Amino acid sequence: MSLFSKENGQIFMGPLNLNNPIAVQVLGICSALAVTSQLKPAIVMGLSVTVITAFSNVIISLIRKTIPNRIRIIVQLVVVAALVTIVSNILKAYVYDVSVQLSVYVGLIITNCILMGRLEAFAMQNGPWESFLDGIGNGLGYAIVLVIVGFIREILGFGTLFGFQIIPNSAYVDNGGLYLNNGMMTMPAMALIIVACVIWAHRAYNKDLES
Amino acid sequence: MAKMNTNGNAYTIIYAAVMVVIVAFLLAFVASALKPTQDANVAKDKKSQILAALNIRDIEDVEGKYAEVIKKDAIYGADASQGVKSENGGFAVETKNITPDNRPLYIAEVDGETKMVVPVKGAGLWGGLWGYIAVNADGQTVYGTYFSHESETAGLGARIAEQWFQDSFKGKKIFAEGSNDVALSVIKKGKEGTLSPDNYVDGVTGATLTSNGVNDMIKSGLEQYKDILSINK
Repeated sequence: MSLFSKENGQIFMGPLNLNNPIAVQVLGICSALAVTSQLKPAIVMGLSVTVITAFSNVIISLIRKTIPNRIRIIVQLVVVAALVTIVSNILKAYVYDVSVQLSVYVGLIITNCILMGRLEAFAMQNGPWESFLDGIGNGLGYAIVLVIVGFIREILGFGTLFGFQIIPNSAYVDNGGLYLNNGMMTMPAMALIIVACVIWAHRAYNKDLES
Repeated sequence: MAKMNTNGNAYTIIYAAVMVVIVAFLLAFVASALKPTQDANVAKDKKSQILAALNIRDIEDVEGKYAEVIKKDAIYGADASQGVKSENGGFAVETKNITPDNRPLYIAEVDGETKMVVPVKGAGLWGGLWGYIAVNADGQTVYGTYFSHESETAGLGARIAEQWFQDSFKGKKIFAEGSNDVALSVIKKGKEGTLSPDNYVDGVTGATLTSNGVNDMIKSGLEQYKDILSINK
């Protein structure tokens, strides 16, 4: 089987759209609420989850035949926890401000259901390359939704993107304009509502997902 | 090689032990390799917090500005009247390690005026709070503040880290008129009693417990530095 066969393409593309971990499987919602008030932490979180899912998938897939069945969940957890600790250390060393913003949520990647789900459902049965693709696909599927939500929340809540002012300053009430930032967008609850809207739009577009 | 029984007890135990040892070595290696970079980041962050208390915010060159503004990071002993214990080295003292015998104080010069920056720490609703309070040379008037927190509720308690709250301390007086007790308080709207408007700021609406934490932190922190501030009062 070639590396970029049709089946492997399916493994990669599935989670981006028709099998999206957030929009279809509704996994990993808690972190989606917490880190999406701005675009930058949302992207860093999405990338972190992508990297960790991909590599933990590969590692588990490589050692899947040696793992004692009775402690397989513990082994999966140890691998994920080790990777998360490494990523968290790297973030602290090279993007300190983002790691402060993400605070506990990097550590909580360990409990992200997407990770454990992919390890148990996919990496335990498939080869390293397929598992890698599956991890990247699921991580990016998660990241896409985070970025959409982060984009909407930052531009409506702060009038900025990546911290740069997008809504012109002269449009604000303070400066004689008619515009006010929507403070509600900065609250975690709005992330849930936006995620729901994303799922709605996604289902309306993919009619066959309706059941 | 014969197929191993991966379900036996001995195999399971050895597998777990080996895995844990490998992971432990790996993590120890990564942590110690990245430690210097992380420490540098933490130090830089602390400097930018001290500068924020001096109303110098959102700057690119934190290290340069800090070196320019902060003249001394002195350490005071138990008796402030004997002067400083050490002219420098206060920066290395973490706020959580402050004792009556070992009190760091930052002496800054902003626009030609001398300011003193007092580090404070306390407890909020969910976790630790800390901050820096910059005081004018009179030892009485607040020049600026910076507060942060470990894990206060986003949108409520976490708002103590926002600039509008910190700016509300500007120009407030630490001591009540003619008294030597720390009067500066954070108070729920309408509960100020007989306090002079110079001595309190409004707490964050909906975050009474965090606001109380900030109040206690300011009180106990400044109480501990009272004698140092009074020298100049």
